[in-house]
Amino acid sequence: MNPLVANPPVATPFFFYLLSGIMIIGGILVITRKNAVHSAIALITALLAQAGLYLMLYAPFVAGVQIILYAGGIMVLFLFVIMLISIERTMKERQFNKQWLVGIAAAAALGGLFISVYAKGKSLFPEGHPLYPEAQNTQAIGALLFDSRTGMYMFAFEIASLLLLVAIIGAVVMAKKRI
Amino acid sequence: MTDPKTLSPPSLETHVAARDETFLDTNELVINMGPQHPATHGVLRVILRLDGEKVLGLECVIGYLHRGVEKIAENRTYAMFNPYVDRMDYVAAVSNGLGYCEAVEKLLNVEAPPRAQYIRVILTELNRIASHQLWLGTHALDIGAITPLFYTFRDREEILKIFEKYCGARLTTHAFRIGGLQYEAYDGFEQDVKNFVKFVKPKIDEYEELLTTNRIWLERTKGVGVISGRDCIALGVTGPVLRASGVKWDIRKAQPYANYKNFDFEIPTGLNGDTYDRYLVRMVEMRQALRIIEQAVEGIPEGPIMAKVPKVIKPPVGEIYHSIEAPKGELGYFIVSDGSTQPYRVRVRPPSFVNLQALDLMCRGQLVADVIAVIGTLDIVLGEVDR
Amino acid sequence: MNSSLLQSIVDYVQSYLSSNQTPGVAGNWFWATVYVLLVFAGVSVGVICMNWLERKILAHMQVRLGPMRVGPHGLLQPIADALKLLLKEDIIPAEADALVFWIAPFIVDLAAFTVFIVVPFGPAHAVTDMNIGILFMLGVSSLSVLGIVTAGWASNSHYPLIGALRSSAQMVSYEVAMGLAVVSAIMMTSLSAEGGTLSMIGIVQRQQEQQVWFVFKFFPLGLVAFAIFAIAMIAETNRAPFDLPEAESELTAGFHTEYSGFRWSLFFLAEYAAMMAVSSIAVTLWLGGWLRPFPNALHGATWDLIFSFFPGLTFLFLGGLCFFNASRMPKHPFFKIQTMGLAAFGAVLGLIGLVLFVPGIRERVQDIFWFTAKVAAFMYLYIWYRGTFPRYRFDQLMKVGWKVLLPTGLALLILTAVVAMRTEVWAEVVVPMWLGFADLLRRIF
Repeated sequence: MNPLVANPPVATPFFFYLLSGIMIIGGILVITRKNAVHSAIALITALLAQAGLYLMLYAPFVAGVQIILYAGGIMVLFLFVIMLISIERTMKERQFNKQWLVGIAAAAALGGLFISVYAKGKSLFPEGHPLYPEAQNTQAIGALLFDSRTGMYMFAFEIASLLLLVAIIGAVVMAKKRI
Repeated sequence: MTDPKTLSPPSLETHVAARDETFLDTNELVINMGPQHPATHGVLRVILRLDGEKVLGLECVIGYLHRGVEKIAENRTYAMFNPYVDRMDYVAAVSNGLGYCEAVEKLLNVEAPPRAQYIRVILTELNRIASHQLWLGTHALDIGAITPLFYTFRDREEILKIFEKYCGARLTTHAFRIGGLQYEAYDGFEQDVKNFVKFVKPKIDEYEELLTTNRIWLERTKGVGVISGRDCIALGVTGPVLRASGVKWDIRKAQPYANYKNFDFEIPTGLNGDTYDRYLVRMVEMRQALRIIEQAVEGIPEGPIMAKVPKVIKPPVGEIYHSIEAPKGELGYFIVSDGSTQPYRVRVRPPSFVNLQALDLMCRGQLVADVIAVIGTLDIVLGEVDR
Repeated sequence: MNSSLLQSIVDYVQSYLSSNQTPGVAGNWFWATVYVLLVFAGVSVGVICMNWLERKILAHMQVRLGPMRVGPHGLLQPIADALKLLLKEDIIPAEADALVFWIAPFIVDLAAFTVFIVVPFGPAHAVTDMNIGILFMLGVSSLSVLGIVTAGWASNSHYPLIGALRSSAQMVSYEVAMGLAVVSAIMMTSLSAEGGTLSMIGIVQRQQEQQVWFVFKFFPLGLVAFAIFAIAMIAETNRAPFDLPEAESELTAGFHTEYSGFRWSLFFLAEYAAMMAVSSIAVTLWLGGWLRPFPNALHGATWDLIFSFFPGLTFLFLGGLCFFNASRMPKHPFFKIQTMGLAAFGAVLGLIGLVLFVPGIRERVQDIFWFTAKVAAFMYLYIWYRGTFPRYRFDQLMKVGWKVLLPTGLALLILTAVVAMRTEVWAEVVVPMWLGFADLLRRIF
């Protein structure tokens, strides 16, 4: 039997670094581009790369939802709004305000955290194995949400959807002066 | 049925749509539709002020097809000007010719012989059907139904064939002469017309089958571009648009010309004055035109086709206004004669130009897509608007 | 050393052939690449065929002939069009955002073509079988709206902007109804012994197991779900009567007004590829994917054999049609090349048909044939709609989406869930009701 025929793992370092690289570059572009539409496209790229990372973590359902909701749904609304803003005006605006000192401090703190995590390395995150095989991931999520015995997140799920409903009603109330 | 004489002055303000200020603060969007646009039926330019997709108002810019037809008339003899009128409403050239010839005949105080008048009626009504068919095809195309266009063009072809056999031209026919006709009806003319009537009747049913009860067609046309009979009269709108608003006004009945009083036909009117009613009115008009043609073909009298008109037409000093019911509405000619061989002034009252005035009123508060539907339903021909 | 490497490569390539898995699942890179290329080439050829077919079918619906000049019966017209588009000047408007303008068509194409890697043409004929197949298809196809929005924005012109706004609103809102219909079909898969699945191949296998296409399952629930999807998918792909984003008579060409030449052809390609993609979703979810029709009424080895002849017969029929038309071509020297070309084309089709009768090929190909035939039926529907219907207005479109399809979809979802939980009630109450109804009809007629 040829060793190549055996199922090659997707979660190789190559793909990890590739996707992470895309994400980081996308993230940097999001905050450096002056043109908001360019930022949005960079953000979409980063989100898609993130979906790839989810796939590598054997969480295909989350990856699919990431693509549908974030890349396909939310970003469209983002673009929708950005398109209606005058791009010329935002292009001329300065990108820094008086809080840049605070910003640097926050960034430095976050960077320090990252470095310390990296330095401690694997002791913080012991090597984990996916709880469910890839083929049962979706079913497991469904069971956790809806099953009468194992469904411990049902309440949280419903509360979250209620919160979104409140947000929708709030948006309508705020936008419309006369209901 | 509203009697036009008893109407009080209109209230145009009621139609003015205000911007919806209650929703988010938005900017007006000004869109320039045309002069090169697939749905403006030629070179009409419409400047639309939009709030999102809602039309706040619009302005028509016309004149891209201006050829100075009225001015040309002043440098031509009466007979020489006759072909020029065909170039105004080129899809209903026969009607244009009829109006002009009858106006000059009125000025000369002659009348075309009955045989000529019958043939004139047949050709004019055929032309009315052709014009309505072209309207239907393009109107449906504007609303997104592409197939009726080809059906109507297929059937309009048969009319054009009759024109071609009669006078050699298909579109700008120059079919009539002052005082009657140049050509006697060719052999088999009556049979051709009868065959056509038999041929086209089921075809009209075919168009209706595609559209009349089509859900999408109903939604796109019902309640779109509503105009009241009162507003129509205030703006001088005539033709099927006026009739669809419930005003029973057809010059063929109101001020009969060209023997129309001898024929039995009905004038369809609408109730709501919306695009769907205008569609229905025109569909019925096509059937009524067929009715007139059937009667005329049965009753063509024998006799001369030309009245006694001098070789050089020199009408007495005076002025005349004569109007006919063209497919698009009242087509009037105002001719001032100074006694010479050339008219002193010719002024055309084109139905398309006057009807186009109503566009702004009909489109306010509607959506962009409705503007297209309304331009289509007004049935304008830019050659006639700009002259 | 060299020969052993070669040997291992040959082994690697051959090792897949005996497998019953998709190359993606088997993890065979070589065959996965081959399948990807095959599928993409197939889709591109499908787009070319659609181009010709749409013009011809639409033309014949409209009492005209359609393309007749380039090649016999205009068969080479799509190639001529493609050449024309490639040779045309590629214009980027001066005021456009060049980068985004450049990227947009590629986003649309990427979204339209990527979904095909999970489309199951047969139990083993797909590039890969994903655990989240249907989610992946919906998700990736929803990305095409990004391309449309950016295209409209980058053109920096009013008509494309309105077109883009329209299409994004339209696609986002019809996705909701579409999702509801899809969920009801997925619920039906969960009635199998193996449990529910999102995998495209799995969904078809569940239908095989339950011995019913989901369009007929829980009649009329499956049918309603299918209808909702069939309506939403037309809106999703911006086709008549929901073709507002590119409503020619209103917005000249909608979001791709400013595009020309090659870039425009990318949009064209993506539109047709997306049509095929959503049709394949509908076929997979409701029409039994690659399963042949009438598996219950006409079962047994004999019928299997007869149905396996269909692909070959179809090609033979098409070839015969070509010969028939070649014999009807005008007998004039001018038409000699065209007649010969048509006959040659018929011969090629006939040869393919004959090859498809070979037993080994016959069994492998019939899955692909039935799937493609079902998708082709949808393609015909698309053309038919375009020939028949006027265009909806934007607010009416939204009304249909939110006020008709969405409530119907929700009600359907709840009903399906209830029925799926209490299948015995369905079997005892509703099925006898339908049977009684059928009996009544039989007595009346």
